Amino acid sequence: MVSDSGQSFGAGQISGAEQLAGSGPTFILAASTNSHGDEDGSVSQNLIQSEDTEISEALGVDDHGSGGMPQFDFTTYSPQIVWLVICFVVLYVLMARIALPRIGTVIEHRRDRIANDLDAAARLKEETDEVIAAYEAELAEARGRAHQIASETRDKLETELGKERMETEAALAKKTEAAEARIAETKAKALAEVDQAAADAAGDIVTALTGLTATKAEIDQAIVDARSGDRA
Amino acid sequence: MAAENASGGGHGFDPMHQFEIQRILPLNIGGLDVSFTNSALFMVIVVIAVSLMTIASMSGRALVPGRMQSIAELSYEFVANMVRENAGSAGMKFFPFVFTLFMFILFANMIGMIPFSFTVTSHIIVTFVLALVVFVGVTIVGFIKHGAGFLRLFAPSGAPMVLMPLLIVIEVISYLTRPVSLSVRLFANMLAGHTMLKVFASFVVMLGVWGGWLPLAAMVAFTGLEFLVAFLQAYVFAILTCIYLNDALHMHH
Repeated sequence: MVSDSGQSFGAGQISGAEQLAGSGPTFILAASTNSHGDEDGSVSQNLIQSEDTEISEALGVDDHGSGGMPQFDFTTYSPQIVWLVICFVVLYVLMARIALPRIGTVIEHRRDRIANDLDAAARLKEETDEVIAAYEAELAEARGRAHQIASETRDKLETELGKERMETEAALAKKTEAAEARIAETKAKALAEVDQAAADAAGDIVTALTGLTATKAEIDQAIVDARSGDRA
Repeated sequence: MAAENASGGGHGFDPMHQFEIQRILPLNIGGLDVSFTNSALFMVIVVIAVSLMTIASMSGRALVPGRMQSIAELSYEFVANMVRENAGSAGMKFFPFVFTLFMFILFANMIGMIPFSFTVTSHIIVTFVLALVVFVGVTIVGFIKHGAGFLRLFAPSGAPMVLMPLLIVIEVISYLTRPVSLSVRLFANMLAGHTMLKVFASFVVMLGVWGGWLPLAAMVAFTGLEFLVAFLQAYVFAILTCIYLNDALHMHH
């Protein structure tokens, strides 16, 4: 492949040079006839093209079939360079003057817009946070106040209740005391009656047993002695 | 591509035929051949396609971009990042040039993938002129920026004095071969890819209905590969331009 193209490269070069020599004048002719009028120009162009093929056929050079690399046909260099330069410069001017500034501004505009939107969002979030904080502070305050009111009420109720209970207890204690006193009195009276009954019984027993009559003082003394002896 | 061959006038399967320059409108100004060729036609098509993509698609200037506007913006940011990362913010002055270069080569490569079309970048003279513009431009930028000090680029700092003459020769040669390597890389990739596709296409026709399936399958795969190469070579060309620019602007060695 490599050696093949190398050989044909030489052939292509020669054919190119011959073509240049052959076609050079006719091209100049074409340029000059073109200036006269469109109809004349097209006619002469056809003429030249047919002339070209005639020349290449006459020389036995086949443009396509030779296998020579078209890239090394030097006659094609000048039109390629000229049109490359024209096209590249036109494209550069279009890009540098119109396309790139336009794309750049659109991208920048979008970036600004996004940054602004983000700023706005951050600001709104801050405001929301503030509102939430205020609400929570108020809520906490209200809760505190409610708590205070509740505890105050409880305290008041407790003191009232305590007072009432104390009063009731005092009344109850007084009643209990009176009852106890009455009980003690009744008990003392009953005991005294028991003593009297016992003394009478004792005097009767002494009389019955001894025929003697014991004085009241003696009987009482004996009862006191007996009770103290019981206790001992 | 077989049809292309048939229309070419029965010259057999010549893989080089597709690279032929045809003068659509012969012109001669002052003895200089400036004919409007098929190559020129496709250069104009490339310019129109790039302009449509970058200018017409942005006509809406939409805040939320549509498909076409997204593509234009993506390519803008892609090249802008490439320049900024490889040549620094000082290189952004040359962003329009790198963008034009990248888009021109990319579209020329991609449009060349369309059957029956012509690949502008498959001609060494086109890629060489582009590479030469980069080379001359970068050299001028280097001298404007650093004056005669730009020549220190060829003398690596910290190298022993004994080796200096040798190193300077090597550096100068490597600097001078930049446009050659830059242009040949792109040209050779395009040439080889399109030639290979053509050869495989001819195999498909030669082997016919029974045997042609294998080369056809290979062709499908190679076509995918060629699209990758078309993008990659445009990218490589642009990124090397950025790297050369960086050398000229900052002279890091």
